[in-house]
Amino acid sequence: MQEVVLLLTNFGFYSLKQQRIEIQKLRQGNNLILGFSIGGGIDQDPGQNPFSEDKTDKGIYVTRITPGGPADVAGLMMGDKIMQVNGWDMTMVTHDKARKRLTKKNEDVVRLLVTRKSLEEAVKQSMGGFPRP
Amino acid sequence: MDTESTYSGYSYYSGRSRGSHRHGERSRDRHKSRSKDSRSEKSVTINTPPAEPLLGDSAVRGEQVQDDNWGETTTAVTGTSEHSLSQEDIVRITKDLEDSVGLDCRRYFTRTLAVILGLLVFLTPLAFLVLPHLLWPEKLQSCGTACEGLFISVAFKLLILLLAVWALFFRPARAGLPRVFVFRALLAVLVLLFVVSYWLFYGVRILDSQDENYQGIVQYAVSLVDALLFIHYLAIVLLELRQLQPCFSVCVTRSTDGETRHYNLGQLSIQRAALAIIEHYYCDFPVHNPALLSASKSRAAKHLAGLKVYNVDGPGNNAAAGLAHSQSRAMIAAAARRRDTSHNELYYEEAEHERRVRKRKARLVVAVEEAFTHIKRMQEEEQKKAPGDVMDPREAAQAIFPSMARALQKYLRTTKQQHCHSMESIQQHLAFCITNNMTPKAFLESYLTPGPTLQYSRDHWLARQWTLISEASVTSGLKDGSIFLLKCVDFSLVVTSKKIPYIQMSEEYIDPKSHKFVLRLQSETSV
Repeated sequence: MQEVVLLLTNFGFYSLKQQRIEIQKLRQGNNLILGFSIGGGIDQDPGQNPFSEDKTDKGIYVTRITPGGPADVAGLMMGDKIMQVNGWDMTMVTHDKARKRLTKKNEDVVRLLVTRKSLEEAVKQSMGGFPRP
Repeated sequence: MDTESTYSGYSYYSGRSRGSHRHGERSRDRHKSRSKDSRSEKSVTINTPPAEPLLGDSAVRGEQVQDDNWGETTTAVTGTSEHSLSQEDIVRITKDLEDSVGLDCRRYFTRTLAVILGLLVFLTPLAFLVLPHLLWPEKLQSCGTACEGLFISVAFKLLILLLAVWALFFRPARAGLPRVFVFRALLAVLVLLFVVSYWLFYGVRILDSQDENYQGIVQYAVSLVDALLFIHYLAIVLLELRQLQPCFSVCVTRSTDGETRHYNLGQLSIQRAALAIIEHYYCDFPVHNPALLSASKSRAAKHLAGLKVYNVDGPGNNAAAGLAHSQSRAMIAAAARRRDTSHNELYYEEAEHERRVRKRKARLVVAVEEAFTHIKRMQEEEQKKAPGDVMDPREAAQAIFPSMARALQKYLRTTKQQHCHSMESIQQHLAFCITNNMTPKAFLESYLTPGPTLQYSRDHWLARQWTLISEASVTSGLKDGSIFLLKCVDFSLVVTSKKIPYIQMSEEYIDPKSHKFVLRLQSETSV
């Protein structure tokens, strides 16, 4: 497995999986929280983003997940890029706009469309191409 | 080990007091390791002796009373040592005499040649001007205004030439170099040829034909003086200006303790480069202290003493050289395999020494600071009040010296510098510091760090004879990778030179308005 991983990282071969995740907001005191942190935005410096493959990508990324929180329960993972929130596009928004879209007080549920860098998919695809000796 | 009479280069110059002075130190240091004392080399160093022992007899005799077996451990000055010393002394003196006579002869010879040439050069224009008046005064045309103006010009140019030659050539000689100074010799030959050719022309065209045109003769003399000034310009360029631009980086290493310095020199001949390096040596290198090298020598002796090689094959073996070779190889192999713990000893010895030095230094600093508090500079008004206790700097130094003497002596002994400083020199230095309002720290600075050689008393540097050892000719120029040695009696300086590389520089223009910055925003918000 190790040799295969090396080969893949050398060529930078990842496949991007799109996932739909539904998060139920949790009420904590006066706030509705989702249990994760976001980074990125068109007004931010894309070079600082550790999760993006393309360092000019100014999209919104999940930078931290509170363990046991609503996002964790729903299956959101660190490094996911949020493409849509409840149908609203998140690929070309400022950081503050993204935050506002996620924390609307009148919504209990957010449905996210996220893109995830998936290594397992790539490995499965490549295994078919390179037969084991 | 106590009964061994050690005979090192500095002990045989002293009398009884010095010998017992040394033993006092040994008995006091009884608990410390004495490997370095017991194996001091029998080196006969031809240095002039230190002026006097550090502390006079009074303090030493006090120690004698406490010690029991001082009689066994006294270093005696035996008859044979004195004889051998005096013989070598005589040899050294005659050698010095011969060398100095030889060198002085050469120096006076060159000096007289230079003076003769100078006189010739200065008197020639005057002779050119005066001879027509002496030899054919009636035929000579009278000197008009322009001609007399030229007299003034000749006079001033000669004066300038005189001052310039005095400034460039008549400086006190710095050194006696082994070979002749090539550029100076060339210039002297050039000047001689030049003056001789002018005389030839003068003799043939003017004296023989008895030319009446006096103005022409005066102009001829002026042209001679002009040309001499230009030759002097050439002399300045060749002798002074050419070597100013740095061309070589030389690395100078002292062979005994590895002190290294780097200097930049211009294009010089090897002997002139050696002279420049020696002058730098006197002000940059810390003074050579042979006492610091005894530790490594004793370690080396211990390494060699550990193994003995026996030849079991019997004598009369063929290939004796091969045998010796294999013997030494066997020794090296055995030494490598042997479990040597000398590194352990070295480590602990050095740590212990470091600790000891620091402790002594702390005591010394405190003692000196306390001593300095006893002295106060008297103001002008106070001087009239109490003339009784007034002391001049020397007396003040003598008054406070005893309170710090012991701590200073111990410190110097621990750092093995005791032979560099005599009591007289310390008191002189103390008086100097008191006169100039220096703090105790300033006073101690010359004892805490070894300074350059010239700082110490004259015996350390007076009779210095340097020998230049070089494979290339010493009048040839310095080249990249040239190596030569400057040998002195105690040590040698190894000099290697490297050419400073050609520097290719390019320019880049930055518009001052192009310096613009933005903030890097990287927020992380939790939702």
